[in-house]
Amino acid sequence: MRELTYAQAIQEALAQAMDADPSVFLMGEDIGVYGGAFQVTGDLVHRYGEDRVMDAPISELGQAGVAVGAALAGCKPVLEFQFSDFATLAMEQIVNQAAKLRFMLGGKVNVPLVMRFPAGSGTGAAAQHSQSLDAWLAHVPGLKVIQPSTPADVKGMLLAAIDDPDPVMVFEHKLLYKMKGEVPEEPYRIAIGKAHVAREGRDVTVVATSIMVHKSLEAAQILAAEDIDVEVIDLRTLRPIDTATIIESVKKTSRLACVYEGVKTLGIGSEISARIAESEAFDYLDAPILRLGGVESPIPYNPELEKAAVPQVPGIVEALRNLVRGRM
Amino acid sequence: MAVEVILPRVDMDMATGKISKWHHKDGDKVAKGAALFEIETDKAAMEIDAPADGILRNIVVTEGGTAAVGSAVAWIYAEGEAVTAAAPAAAAQVTNAATPTAAATAAPVASTTTLNGEAPRATPLARRLARQAGLSIAAITGSGPRGRITAADVRSTEEAKPAAAPAPAATPDPVQKLYAPGSFEVIPVDGMRRTIAARLTESKQTVPHFYLSVTCTLTTLMATRERLNAAAPKGADGQPLWKLSINDFIIKAMALALQKVPNANVTWAGDSILQHKSSDVGVAVAVEGGLFTPVIRNAEGKTLTTISTEMKELAAKARARKLVPSEYQGGTTAISNLGMYGIEQFTAIINPPQATILAVGAAVDRFIPVKGQPVLASQMNCTLSCDHRAVDGAVGAEFLQAFGQLIEEPLLMLA
Repeated sequence: MRELTYAQAIQEALAQAMDADPSVFLMGEDIGVYGGAFQVTGDLVHRYGEDRVMDAPISELGQAGVAVGAALAGCKPVLEFQFSDFATLAMEQIVNQAAKLRFMLGGKVNVPLVMRFPAGSGTGAAAQHSQSLDAWLAHVPGLKVIQPSTPADVKGMLLAAIDDPDPVMVFEHKLLYKMKGEVPEEPYRIAIGKAHVAREGRDVTVVATSIMVHKSLEAAQILAAEDIDVEVIDLRTLRPIDTATIIESVKKTSRLACVYEGVKTLGIGSEISARIAESEAFDYLDAPILRLGGVESPIPYNPELEKAAVPQVPGIVEALRNLVRGRM
Repeated sequence: MAVEVILPRVDMDMATGKISKWHHKDGDKVAKGAALFEIETDKAAMEIDAPADGILRNIVVTEGGTAAVGSAVAWIYAEGEAVTAAAPAAAAQVTNAATPTAAATAAPVASTTTLNGEAPRATPLARRLARQAGLSIAAITGSGPRGRITAADVRSTEEAKPAAAPAPAATPDPVQKLYAPGSFEVIPVDGMRRTIAARLTESKQTVPHFYLSVTCTLTTLMATRERLNAAAPKGADGQPLWKLSINDFIIKAMALALQKVPNANVTWAGDSILQHKSSDVGVAVAVEGGLFTPVIRNAEGKTLTTISTEMKELAAKARARKLVPSEYQGGTTAISNLGMYGIEQFTAIINPPQATILAVGAAVDRFIPVKGQPVLASQMNCTLSCDHRAVDGAVGAEFLQAFGQLIEEPLLMLA
């Protein structure tokens, strides 16, 4: 099968969605002639015109408001934020409008919009352009929040998000944009709300999100040499969470670690830990539940400190080894 | 504050107890002093009363389950009180294993706490596995951080267990292999059957038995019994106040014979012999699935009618499996009477620590020579089994002779 980068897979999904449905349009800062801050939209403006690939002024709140209004009026807007950090500017529209209107209007309207958020650290973009705010939005009922980790997933999940009648927040890790992977050419959907067992194992369940899926898989490879068999679950969707898949896995492995880039405290791993502690899988736990998340600090600019601020492969290896060997 | 329902010690050497029946279910309102559950001990079913008024919650030892003496088996909450989960340490004590003895030997540490008084640290999986394996979490050494018990610790303890106490039903019984599959029904052994098997095997293998027989003529006894029964005044219900049986006379005769031959009123106590002052006579009572031997105490001082009434009560309680240990423990001798089945003569196995047991046969009419002439008489064969460690042949013979005289001339019971 032919390979695409993660960014190309997104672009293909957007193009196929616009081909299939004239109500789909794109909006964002510099997504037109410039092709987007991370070159995701590329030449789409030349293929679909400025009416469907719209450059927007630098006002995230304004863009979000337009998107909500367009969605209410029957369009399917896909809004690109230049950095996910700027979601903070649009919170009123995202949290108070997009997420709530369907409920407040008795289900008579839907808000079928998609917002794409380039997220995460590792690019030297410092504290205001490197955050992982996925858990912030996953806290809000009414939103769906996805974090595809591979080119194939991002295409299928983005198409599912555009189809979805509710607002879907897509968090794309910036370091994944250049990652290559096999992607089917035809349009396809990957269900929102379904986790994926990326690697089967018997000794410990790792629930990871986004780029941490790849770091966890790398750690699993290293630990396999020590006869530690790691199961890696790619959570894919933060809201709604696929708890059943995790429960099944923990019942098999008896150990759970959550690996995520967002700040550890009150992060997605905290929620998963709590769900497992509350579930039937509790009686199967043979070790404390472990969370590996971002440090309690803004992401530093210094490249070494930036790396140290989020889980990295050697740290994941050591933590999982201690967990499985009964040292914690 | 919830009140713990504790599994009490109802029998002297009891380490664990099996709950045979709950009279109430979770959520039921219970009254202090009302029967709450039944414990099956080696010998009897004991009813345990509710320790408080309230709502029964968190039954951690279900029917058929076994728990260590002193452990909490449920909680009673005040009405409206918030129910918390069962205390894990107590729950961990619970075993639903088929055999209480296995649980007892596997759990030498009867306490639910560690030396420093803290509850043992164990992972949820370890606790669950221990529960399933019938192991007490307190008996497992933890290898994890701060002594935490993990699943691996439970598994290694469980693997070590068969050496100490073979798990029942782990392998098909070799006896079963001797018979065609499906040609038999497997009847599980209950506490009473297990006790009978263990005690009588021990007795027959370790107690040196010898046997003495005597034939007693019952002519006088029969006549005396008839006159006494005929003379019984009527009670308020119009029924005679007593109806003495031959067995009542036998009990009384045994008691008086033991007083006459105190050397036979003994028990072997290892490095000493206990010579007893009163005559406490056990009487075997057959019940569904086994037998009990309730004891008539101080029988030497009791009238025949008292013995008769007491015996009827004890037999009824035995059949209902409601005897309490104080009603069947101790005793120096016992009577096993199979006369009603037409058995003329047999020998009985001594019930330790008693020193003798009398096997009583049926009363049989025979012609016996009296002054050279055949005279029809009712006769009964009695065989005394003696523990030779405590009772020598001559002592046993003296005792049996004294017994025979009392049977043949019941008036001596008044002397």
